[in-house]
Amino acid sequence: MRSLFALMLAGYALGAAAAVLRPGGRGGRGLVAAGAVLGGAAGLALALQVLLTGTPFVLEAPAVLSIADGLLFRIDRLGALFLGLVGFLAVPCGLYGAAYSEGYEGRASLRLLGALLNLFLLTMSLVPCAGNVLTFLFMWEGMSLTSYFLVLTETDEPETVLAGGWYLAMTHAGLALALAAFLLMATSSASTTFGDLRAAAPALSPSARNAVFLLALLGFGSKAGIMPLHVWLPRAHPAAPSHVSALMSGVMIKMGVYGLLRVGLDLLGGGPTWWGALLIGLGALSAVIGVLYALMEHDLKRLLAYHSVENIGIIFIGIGAGLMFQSFGLPALATLGMVAGLYHTINHACFKGLLFLGAGSVAHALGTRNMEEMGGLIKRMPRTALFFLVGACAISALPPLNGFASEWLVFQALLGGSAIPQPEVAVVMPLAVAMLALASGLAAACFVKAFGITFLAIPRSARAEQAHEAPRSMQAGMAMLAIACVALGLLPFAVAPILGSTLAGLGRVTPAAIELTRSLPLQVPGASGQMSPPLLALGLVVLLALLPLGLRLLGAERRGRVGDTWGCGRIGQTPRMEYTATAFAEPLRRVFAELYRPTRDLSIDFHPASKYFVQSIAYRSEIHPWIERLLYNWPLRGIRRAAVWVRRLQAGSLHLYLFYLTLAFLVLLTMARWWR
Amino acid sequence: MVAIIGFALGVSQAALALLLAPGLVGLVRWLKARLQNRRGAPAWQPYLELAKLFRKEVVVSSNASWVFRAAPFIVFASTVAVALLVPILLVPLPFDGVGDLLVVVYLLLLGTFFLSLAGLDPGSAFGGMGASRAMTVAALAEPTVALAIFALALSAGSTNLGQIVARTMSGPAAVSPGHLLAFLALFIVTLAETGRLPIDNPATHLELTMIHEAMVLEYSGRYLALIEWAASLKLLIFFSLLSNLFVPWGVAAGLTAGALTLAVASLLVKLVILAAVVAVLETRIAKLRLFRVPELLSVSFVLALLAVTSSFLLR
Amino acid sequence: MRLFSKILQVGLATEPLPPTSHEVVRLLHEVDDRARRLFGRALAIREVDAGSCNGCELEITGLTSPVYDSERFGVHFVASPRHADLLLVTGPVTRNMAVPLVKTYEATPAPKLVVAVGDCSRTCGVFKGGYGVAGSVDQFVPVDAFVDGCPPEPAAILRGILAAVGRR
Repeated sequence: MRSLFALMLAGYALGAAAAVLRPGGRGGRGLVAAGAVLGGAAGLALALQVLLTGTPFVLEAPAVLSIADGLLFRIDRLGALFLGLVGFLAVPCGLYGAAYSEGYEGRASLRLLGALLNLFLLTMSLVPCAGNVLTFLFMWEGMSLTSYFLVLTETDEPETVLAGGWYLAMTHAGLALALAAFLLMATSSASTTFGDLRAAAPALSPSARNAVFLLALLGFGSKAGIMPLHVWLPRAHPAAPSHVSALMSGVMIKMGVYGLLRVGLDLLGGGPTWWGALLIGLGALSAVIGVLYALMEHDLKRLLAYHSVENIGIIFIGIGAGLMFQSFGLPALATLGMVAGLYHTINHACFKGLLFLGAGSVAHALGTRNMEEMGGLIKRMPRTALFFLVGACAISALPPLNGFASEWLVFQALLGGSAIPQPEVAVVMPLAVAMLALASGLAAACFVKAFGITFLAIPRSARAEQAHEAPRSMQAGMAMLAIACVALGLLPFAVAPILGSTLAGLGRVTPAAIELTRSLPLQVPGASGQMSPPLLALGLVVLLALLPLGLRLLGAERRGRVGDTWGCGRIGQTPRMEYTATAFAEPLRRVFAELYRPTRDLSIDFHPASKYFVQSIAYRSEIHPWIERLLYNWPLRGIRRAAVWVRRLQAGSLHLYLFYLTLAFLVLLTMARWWR
Repeated sequence: MVAIIGFALGVSQAALALLLAPGLVGLVRWLKARLQNRRGAPAWQPYLELAKLFRKEVVVSSNASWVFRAAPFIVFASTVAVALLVPILLVPLPFDGVGDLLVVVYLLLLGTFFLSLAGLDPGSAFGGMGASRAMTVAALAEPTVALAIFALALSAGSTNLGQIVARTMSGPAAVSPGHLLAFLALFIVTLAETGRLPIDNPATHLELTMIHEAMVLEYSGRYLALIEWAASLKLLIFFSLLSNLFVPWGVAAGLTAGALTLAVASLLVKLVILAAVVAVLETRIAKLRLFRVPELLSVSFVLALLAVTSSFLLR
Repeated sequence: MRLFSKILQVGLATEPLPPTSHEVVRLLHEVDDRARRLFGRALAIREVDAGSCNGCELEITGLTSPVYDSERFGVHFVASPRHADLLLVTGPVTRNMAVPLVKTYEATPAPKLVVAVGDCSRTCGVFKGGYGVAGSVDQFVPVDAFVDGCPPEPAAILRGILAAVGRR
């Protein structure tokens, strides 16, 4: 295992070095990609080894940064799951980046892009490996900083810089809150290793535990992108290069989930019922509101970013259900909920990565992310369209793909809510079921729009007409993830036991074995249902194959011809006659108008001679996320006011600054003397 | 051996459903015609129409892609898959372990998904409009369906269709106010999902009032036949669900000839009753404006929520 | 409830189809055997107004009324020519409707029939020679039967449709 760890580090280092030394050209880009792929594959192998054998991997480096206990790496099963997730996505994204970064030659620094990509993957891989607080936060900060600079790759766009600003501010706020949570836990602990924190946790008072949980929820939740801390997501993810967006959306936000699980479930060992209920509530809210805003987007990547908010909500629902059941002492249902949440984590990484890579191919070919300028791409980019369709079906939870498997598990976990003895608490479950169903239905509607407007019908612009298929390496990356989507959907009975085993020994969760045979029956008291994705897929395939045969037996006519689209006999068809993305989402926009509160601006210019003749009509409607304005305007104003006040201290005089330094030094000396 | 008989019976149950489906639609149309004081076409007219459609040539738009050609097959296959999973004649079902009520709901969503894509594919505005409206109605009906499933699963202890039917059949104590409310909620969802009045008029010619029909305006020949057949099968499946999940008496519990005959007879009776209810309803009420449909669906949502709450409280 | 009591009071309003004279319905050629077999019991009609005064349309709407009830013969109207077997064309073909009429015909899958209703469709009627009129229907699409009259009675139109598919 040590060699795999070393190989992982070496792979990423090689990629970064290759980027610095020889960034441009096919060879350079290939080396950068090879480094990422090598590191990812090694990480995945290491993770699988830990998951399957159960022996944790420990590596100590107390000499490094010894002032704060040194670096400690300890990969247990939960950490291995998330490490594996990084490696799992690093391979296709690295491969994809080889050809994709060609589009940045001359426009951005390929040296930075390649080096930062590998450093990002490295630090992100090491976050779940951390065994003490220092390592964890160090790697966390590294992950945030590298991704910040990656988001800023295209600095010629003003909104990119703004997006970077939001991202930087929120990730550091999250870091501060997470640090506070860890420090609060460490007050009663011998050292800051996770083992010691876990041992000292029972000594914390209930209010301290609640405080730790809330701080961790806010800190890690902002990284995960749960409402209302999601505001950086729709800004930062579209701005980044597509393979980076795929990694950020697929893996980085899952590190927030990891942090919450590590602190809430492992170190604190679970807690009162309201923890789980809070997670379910936030999750349900994120799921519905995230998908509602996604529906109104016609920037393809921003649409996908909002869907990440929705899916994080679903993950939180699963985990919240698990925590809730645990607080009532229902271990089997608790395991079910957690496994459902973890399964959705993996599945989301898979299909969201695929969708971002697909969107990236489209943006690469067309030079725009605006759906209203796309169309007809299925004939010009057939393979990208097929992979995107697989991703779209997966995210819409259509059987037998992976999105359906994990959502089914989440539903089953929630349906087990009938086992909760207190009816006033148990009512949370059906509400969560309803919101989850609404979110998944709306997601299906959104992806009919996303796939249909982007790929089907006629091209809406010259750029779409001249689009070309993505290069081979980009197709290969997408193909890998598409195959994984299908595999994860057909084989839940293989994946779920592994996920269940990650929960072993964490806090007080005892993973009651989820009975799994070939057909995935769940024999959990209060929530038993059965489903067999492989048989379902087999049935569908058999029926599809039998249909042409059946038609021939019926003696169906086999002739066919190609004609014009029926348009009530109109002469000619232009792209302007097709449905647009805005038009597709309009009924839902009307239904949820109270939530969206769209602004409407209609100006009609009349002919000067008579008001019965109209010269021109201009209609403009915008949807601003007013929740954001409500929640963020006053803190931003407060911060600005505080900053203006503090500016008074910056008088510009060197003597004043020297005075400040001396004063601070004296205060520190006094404090050190006092506390000895 | 028993497994093979079970498998054969499951397949023949779905085949029976497939054969009866156009007749069901024909029956509804005949009843509506009589309520309109006219003779109308005989109840077996849809069979003649399907036979004719299979012999017509197919005209495909030049803008359409493989999605357009594949969609009728996917819609038909997913609907037949649902017919294999739903208790129409027998319980326990031979394919019980393959899918439960959630699988049924999402398989139907699979069909709607691809039909909507096929509506967008030729690039006509009618198709896009139909696709947009169909997905809106489907998305808004989802919470109601999920809650109705929750209410049923709560009393039966499982989302497994066979177990739900068995629980209801086990005694009159199993029938509760929750059941009635869930039935009403699912009835409204049936009207929405199968495109009947007051949500969608299956006989309209005005494109601006269409939801399902608008998506199939471009289809002809055998593709249209497959889609129409799948739509009528969907109606039969929903009727079977409504009757066998809530009023399952008559469903065969064993594989004896007597039980099966009784099952077929009771199925026919239930289908005729539901067809009559739908026909009378469609004669009495007018189609709702599109933006009133969410209000109707929220009524069904509230009914489902009440069903769940009452199931909780009366446990 | 008053609706249902009224329905019961009125009862069945459909009348048997009266015979029509041969001069009104003109079959242009022998009915194709395949068409007779295919469309004899189930026929979908798409009505196309190529420029009529709507007098024929009013009579055609009478076809679906309870009195004439075309549905009892398996004849129903559809919205899209892709679903149709027979095009029911009315009026002289105006210049603006010439291309749409041909496009409608091309959009209909084979085998297909055309029945032209009204004097205008065969001889351009009172609009003959007008600046907006491009010609009679058979100059644009192949017609299988003409139904004469200005406007023809619904019974005659129905007889013409049935004759085109070989039903007496």
